[in-house]
Amino acid sequence: MLHITNLHANVADKPILKGLSLTINAGEIHAIMGPNGAGKSTLGYTLAGRPGYEVTDGHVDFAGQDLLALAPHERAAAGLFLGFQYPVEIPGVSNVQFLRESLNAQRKLRGEAPLSGAEFLRVARAQADAMGMDMDMLKRPVNVGFSGGEKKRNEMVQMGILDPKFAILDETDSGLDIDALRIVGDGINRIMRKADKAVLLITHYQRLLDYVQPDFVHVLADGRIVRSGGPELALELERDGYKDLAA
Amino acid sequence: MTTLPTKRDEAWRYADLDAVARLWPLPAPEQIHVPDDGAFARVIRQDAGGITQIDLTVGRQATAAIHILNCGPTYGRIELNVTLLHGADFMLGAAQIGGQGQTLEIITNVTHAEPEAKSRQIVRSVLAHQATGTYLGKVAVARGAQHTDSEQSVKAMLLDRTATANAKPELEIYADDVACAHGCAIGELDAMALFYLQSRGLAPADAKALLVQAFIAEVFEGTTEADDLQAQALAKLGDVL
Repeated sequence: MLHITNLHANVADKPILKGLSLTINAGEIHAIMGPNGAGKSTLGYTLAGRPGYEVTDGHVDFAGQDLLALAPHERAAAGLFLGFQYPVEIPGVSNVQFLRESLNAQRKLRGEAPLSGAEFLRVARAQADAMGMDMDMLKRPVNVGFSGGEKKRNEMVQMGILDPKFAILDETDSGLDIDALRIVGDGINRIMRKADKAVLLITHYQRLLDYVQPDFVHVLADGRIVRSGGPELALELERDGYKDLAA
Repeated sequence: MTTLPTKRDEAWRYADLDAVARLWPLPAPEQIHVPDDGAFARVIRQDAGGITQIDLTVGRQATAAIHILNCGPTYGRIELNVTLLHGADFMLGAAQIGGQGQTLEIITNVTHAEPEAKSRQIVRSVLAHQATGTYLGKVAVARGAQHTDSEQSVKAMLLDRTATANAKPELEIYADDVACAHGCAIGELDAMALFYLQSRGLAPADAKALLVQAFIAEVFEGTTEADDLQAQALAKLGDVL
């Protein structure tokens, strides 16, 4: 589904990703761990197309398309979703309005018919219920006045509504208490653990991986994948840290 | 004023004086007197260009609400001289949306002549290309006009670095028991918010329109023509984005 080959990316002229290669197939869940400043969030932003994240070399194929040639909204329509580490507050714009416009914009680019207001609300209500989020919160401005945990849950509601093929979840577990972590973990499994979908989890902690069991764990250090393994690698890192990893 | 203003006149500093010269001499300002306990509402759509001048006196315990969409093709200026008597209530909600080389101005002089009056002014300007948007707003509280409650909220959004916003909320207070607030901000669209919206599937122009729509939304609250004004504002935004 996703083939990253020798990806180099700069932020403010500083090289952050330095030859990263990674292949993720449909049906797989991958976790990326690594020390602060290794380039984990940069990888997520670069794949989603954030302005200022400049690709200087390499290639990314996403479901047969050249991902890097697409604008951010086209990447979303192609089925890519980025769960933000710090979801953005947008005063004055209601969640419901924003998500309905977003979903219908995606459907239009894919040549699908738009959802009516009633159809959309039915989908939104189901996803909000599944994440234990009050429908009233979905009518409020995007993330404004939400707690850290509520913002992360809202990301999962958005993911459920947009129903992407591939999700990059950037520290979706940070700032969550134990109950919220379980709800979010269940949400990821429910929405994304399917034969035709894939997930890239960016995390610092094993605890999310207790709920969302990865098929592969990678260590990102200094802009490259320096080690890959199975779920046992996360446990090893939790025990020993990153200090022994020769870059 | 009978002679053509110049840049030295503070109230005309940012005006398009060539356009003013073509409109000069101006007819006398429209006189509106809201009687005691009366209620007055006006919607001003400036979409054809020109200068609108209104002298408004709001009687005791009377209310007046003015909503403005200032978006005319080249030069649009709206001047309000407002006098509030005892317990009067004045509300202004104004949006200016400009692109190309447009010059749009809202000038207000609100005088709290007597005690217990209330004034609220909310002004939002959205400026693209080489447009200039100006708000000069003076609130004067007369001697003895105690318990005046006045607020000015002025914000401008520059969609391009080549656009210009001028904002001057001003207070002149000669009473000692008053609540007068003013806030003023000039900024650009939040890049992170734009990316967030686009990452969910909105095309850049639609993401911008959604943010700008939110920016001006509160301006039209309280008028029965709010939906209509919003729609007209959105159409104009479509032109400048």
